[in-house]
Formats: sequence, C-alpha cells, structure tokens
Amino acid sequence: MTLDGVLLIAGGIYWTLVVTVCAFLLGAALGVPICAMRVSRSRVLNAVSVSLIVLLRSVPPIVWIFLLYFGLGSGFLTINPVPAAIIALGVITAANMAEIYRGALSSIHPGQWDASHALGLPVWSEFFDVMVPQLFRVTLPSATTYLIGLLKDSAIASTIGVAEIAYLANFLSNKQFHASLQIFAFAGALYILISLPLAAVARDADARLRSKVAQ
Amino acid sequence: MSQTLSFWAEYLPKLLSGLVISLEVTGAALAIGIPLGLVAALLVQSKSRSVRWTTLAIVEIGRGAPALILLQFAYFGLPSSGLQLSSMGSAIAALSWTTCAYTSEIIRAGLQAVPRGQNEAAMTLGLSRLDALRFVIVPQGMRVAAPALLGFAILMLQASALCFSIALPELLSRANLIGTTTFRYMEILMLAALLYAAICIPATILVAVIERRLGQHTA
Repeated sequence: MTLDGVLLIAGGIYWTLVVTVCAFLLGAALGVPICAMRVSRSRVLNAVSVSLIVLLRSVPPIVWIFLLYFGLGSGFLTINPVPAAIIALGVITAANMAEIYRGALSSIHPGQWDASHALGLPVWSEFFDVMVPQLFRVTLPSATTYLIGLLKDSAIASTIGVAEIAYLANFLSNKQFHASLQIFAFAGALYILISLPLAAVARDADARLRSKVAQ
Repeated sequence: MSQTLSFWAEYLPKLLSGLVISLEVTGAALAIGIPLGLVAALLVQSKSRSVRWTTLAIVEIGRGAPALILLQFAYFGLPSSGLQLSSMGSAIAALSWTTCAYTSEIIRAGLQAVPRGQNEAAMTLGLSRLDALRFVIVPQGMRVAAPALLGFAILMLQASALCFSIALPELLSRANLIGTTTFRYMEILMLAALLYAAICIPATILVAVIERRLGQHTA
C-alpha cells in the first residue's frame, strides 16, 4: 500500500465524520419528542413511541438505508446517498437516544422537581436551569458510547456509495487487490484512531462534570 | 395492496431460505464467539503482561473496527496473504471476532459482579483456582451476563445483514437481488425488514422478560 493509498482512504474521514455527526445531531434532536411521548401520561402517545422505538431498533440499519435509498429511490422519491445515510442512521439514533434520555430522566431524584416547585420557579426555568444540566451530565457517557458506535455504523453508508472510509478502502482494494489486507487493516485502524480522542474527551468531560456535584 | 401481497407470496420462499443462512451465520458466530469471549474475559485478568496485552488488542480491535470492515478484511483482505475463505467462512470468522470482543466485555462485567467473598470462600474450601472459576465464579457471572448476551445475540442477527457486502446469499442479499431483477425494491425490502422485525421484536420482548425473571432471584 502506497502513500497515495493512505491519503486516498484518509480522505474518506471527511464523509465519515459528516455522516456520523449529522446523524447524531438529527437523532439527538428527534429523540427529545420521542422520549417526551414515551414518558407522557397519554396511553396513545406511549404506544406510538414504544412501537416506533421497537420497530426502529428491530430492523438492521443497513436495511433502513436500503429502504430509503433503493426503496424510495425506485420511483417514489430520489434521495442522494449522503442524506439517505444521514436520515436512516439519524432516525435509528433518535430511537436509541430517546431511551437514553428516558434512563437519564428516571435517574433524577423526584425531590428535584418538588424543590423547583417549592421555589416557585417558572416551568421553563425548572426545565432548563434545573433539569437539563443534570440530564446532560447523566446522558453524556451513554451518548458518547452511542456516538462511537454510530461512527462504526456509518461504514454502512459505503454500501450506497457515500465516499467515506470503507467505500474508499473498497475502491482501492478493487484496484490493488494484492494489497487488500493492508488496505482494510488501515481502514479499520482509522476508525479506531478516530474513536480514541472521542472517548478521551468524553471521559474527561464526564470526570469534570462529576466533580462539580456532591456524590 | 393485493399486488404487493401476491408479489410477497411469490418471493417469500426465496427470502426465507436467505433468512436461514442469516440465522446460520449468526448461530455459528455466537457459538464460536461467546466461548472465546469467556476465554478473553479470563485472559485479560491474567498476571502475565504479554497475555493481557495480546487479549486486550484482540478485544479492542474487534470492538473498535466496524464489523463491515472486519468482514471485508476477512473476505477481500486475507486472500492477498494466501488464506482464501469462502464468503460463509469469512462471515463466520469476522462475526465471531466481533462477538468475542463484545461478549468478553459483557462477561467480564458479569464476572466482576460476583461478590469477592465467593472467591475467598472457594479458596478457603481448598478449591483450586480452576475449580473455583469453573464451579463458583463463572456460573454466577454468566447468569448476570445472560440478559446482555441475549441482547447482543439480537444485534448479531442484525449485523449478519452486513454480509451482503461479501456476497453471502443471506436475507438482505436475496432481497437486493430480487429488487434488481423486478425493480420492486420498496416492496421486497419492506418484506425483508418485516422478516427481521418478526424475529427481533419477539426476541427483544423475551430478553426483557428473562431479565426481569433473573433479576428477581438476585437480591
């Protein structure tokens, strides 16, 4: 494997990160209403969100991507590969983030709500000044773990032609078949290299946020 | 609607035979990967530094690299070093590696959940280290790990769909092939998705039930 090959595959980092980050942001945002429905008192909303979460998690991500790209693309609605990958992975992320948020909500002591009521805080303040900072801290470790998993799942986008790391590795291995072993080993190492700083930043942030609260 | 149903009825047998292959790959990967995961979970606690680091490297690569890359590494990469595997062989090898890596962490957590006193008691009773592991620590640890392992098994079935990329004729490959010949991608992919869901949804519910049951017995 030549230096050119290394640079070619490393160029895929851009699309890998675009797909991962956009899908995560989409999922983190969509996860909020799904979680709200999940914890609401309405039976109907509850059932809707539970079935949504279960359905999204029970079909493999690659099948969702194919449904969006080839399924919708076959005469219904043409989507480009990048948005198709982001939407598919983002919606799956939403289901998982909703569950992460729900876990975080249940970890907050009910006394916090009571105390905010007793202090007469307005509802928005109760939520944004009291709950969100705590939710953020509790959510952070599982959200980062999910983000790193998503980074690896983003490799699936190569199957519909997004020019990210796995796609370029395939492209190169087709041309230089004798070097396939090094090519895929390098591609795999790249994913690990990207996830290391992510994990380190998250650990650091978690430790700093933790040190601010009494245990 | 009736058109879709008759289309589905026509191609369902083909998809089902693909599903059998998906289940075979998943079953084989779990049957090989979970015992290896147990071994790895024990070896990372080894006193020898070289054993510990080697195991850690195997586990971290298996968890850190995407399963898709591992599959392609085994199928496209290994032949260039002289080791030619069939698509089935590469699928089982790569997914076993992933399984070993992930389950070793699950099992390690399970083993650590066994109270230290259990090991001390076993030592006091004069059990050898191996017997203590075999009869005291591992059975209890595996019980704690069981729900997470079952949950992982469901994820593995989903990961088997990635074998599409190495030309294994499993469920998704068949659906895709039917899609290219009939141009009815939407319908056939929906049927494939329904088949995955038909297995994963009941399995998820079952895992939740088992988790609750097992939880009752441990205080």
